[in-house]
Amino acid sequence: MQITVTVNGAEYTRDVEPRLLLVHFLRDELGLTGTHWGCDTSNCGVCVVLLDGLPAKSCTVLAVMADGHEVRTVEGLAGTDGSDGLDPVQRAFSDMHGLQCGFCTPGMLLTSRALLDRNPDPSEAEIREAISGQVCRCTGYENIVRAVRAAAERAGTVTS
Amino acid sequence: MQVPAQFEYERATSVDHAVALLQRYGPESRLLAGGHSLIPMMKLRIANPETLIDINGLDELGTIRLDRDEHGAQLCLGALVRHAELLASAVAGEHFPMFHDAERVIADPVVRNRGTIGGSLCQADPNEDLSAVFTALRAVAVVQGPDGRRLVPVREFHVGPYQTVVEDSEILVEVRVPVRPGGGSAYTKVERRAGDWAVAAAGAALWLDGGRVAEVGLGLTAVGADRFGAPRAEEFLRGAPATEESFAEAGRIAAEHCRPVADQRGPEDYKRHLAGELTVRSLRRAAARARGLEA
Ligand SMILES: Cc1cc2nc3c(=O)[nH]c(=O)nc-3n(C[C@H](O)[C@H](O)[C@H](O)COP(=O)(O)OP(=O)(O)OC[C@H]3O[C@@H](n4cnc5c(N)ncnc54)[C@H](O)[C@@H]3O)c2cc1C
Ligand code: FES
Ligand code: FES
Repeated sequence: MQITVTVNGAEYTRDVEPRLLLVHFLRDELGLTGTHWGCDTSNCGVCVVLLDGLPAKSCTVLAVMADGHEVRTVEGLAGTDGSDGLDPVQRAFSDMHGLQCGFCTPGMLLTSRALLDRNPDPSEAEIREAISGQVCRCTGYENIVRAVRAAAERAGTVTS
Repeated sequence: MQVPAQFEYERATSVDHAVALLQRYGPESRLLAGGHSLIPMMKLRIANPETLIDINGLDELGTIRLDRDEHGAQLCLGALVRHAELLASAVAGEHFPMFHDAERVIADPVVRNRGTIGGSLCQADPNEDLSAVFTALRAVAVVQGPDGRRLVPVREFHVGPYQTVVEDSEILVEVRVPVRPGGGSAYTKVERRAGDWAVAAAGAALWLDGGRVAEVGLGLTAVGADRFGAPRAEEFLRGAPATEESFAEAGRIAAEHCRPVADQRGPEDYKRHLAGELTVRSLRRAAARARGLEA
């Protein structure tokens, strides 16, 4: 079946099987391997992308369900901020050591971006709630929370 | 890598169209709402529908509204309302705070962006939260099929685990909750970790008449309660003084009549204990809300 999905602002038209999952469409059909894929059971959240601006677990969405919709992946974050090319959440994760192995990071960045777009000044509790569907095996979450706070404090927000 | 088996994919453009597609493709077809129960089951090949009928484009099923007619007011929730939308709905929270109590602890925020209330009810998972909420609130399901619409009380909606009265060619379109003034409601859940299914949970809706319980609805999940209900505890409470003693006795009755089974979430006696204790806590909070002592 032919679908057209807008990914990071560009339209992609592809012929796909209905059973193709969005995560594999992004990784295998479009070569956007920044979206990771872990538990495959909608529990870990490493596959989170923004679907029409809202975080969604792309291992639990069919690519055909994204037909005519907008997807944003980690590849679409950089370039939204003029100064150093990184989105403020990316810069803050780097500065505050919000990542170690980096496996959970794309999903964490996108959820953080969506949170700040909706709520430019989230409390620690609100940040923890927003990322509670995503697992990080390295950081213990402390530095992720600090990074999101830093992004909020520093940059205000960049919406796009 | 988990991948569903092959299937045909159709997109419904209206509720009538969805019903027509269900009729055309027959019992091996399934409706696809948020997909957060169905797609994982298809990946595990526990469910192998031949055709999926995607209803995500049916915006008419995505609204929350307060309806007033000669029978009074009712809160109408479209089947495609996402968990996150119910959590964000001021009108739902104002009339029934238990919706927000429950939605705060259903799955995690990312899953809540996709999962729908209709999908939750129709999945009929015995550990599902909203079934207990709608049971406590005596909600009514509106189901549409080839012969038009019918109303089914949620207390008659579930036939058994993963089974409902919704026929192969029918679709759940809406859930209606009667609004009565003077009440309070609350939902309390114990989970092992953030975002998990309930070890046990209980909801209570309570209407007071002075110091007495005028009307009450209870709902329990994950503890093997028949159709998510606790009718004997309700009978005991109706007309009783709205006191700690009455709530404790109602909790005892609710616990006695459920049938929890031991699993990875806990042993039977613990779940039975929770059934009683969480019933008491929800009743206490619902009463405080009915008296305007708590938000
Ligand atoms: C990680 C995770 C954690 C979760 N935790 C919880 C939890 O704590 N508590 C809880 O209650 N739930 C939980 N859920 C379930 C979640 O609420 C699901 O989204 C929900 O059960 C199903 O809704 P859906 O819209 O995704 O339905 P789908 O998966 O699309 O459909 C489920 C079933 O219902 C049928 N169906 C859907 N809509 C209709 C309709 N309108 N009419 C007739 N049939 C229909 C489908 O054909 C299918 O058989 C969790 C899910 C996940 C993935
Ligand atoms: S891979 Fe999607 S939630 Fe884990
Ligand atoms: S940085 Fe390794 S899983 Fe989060």
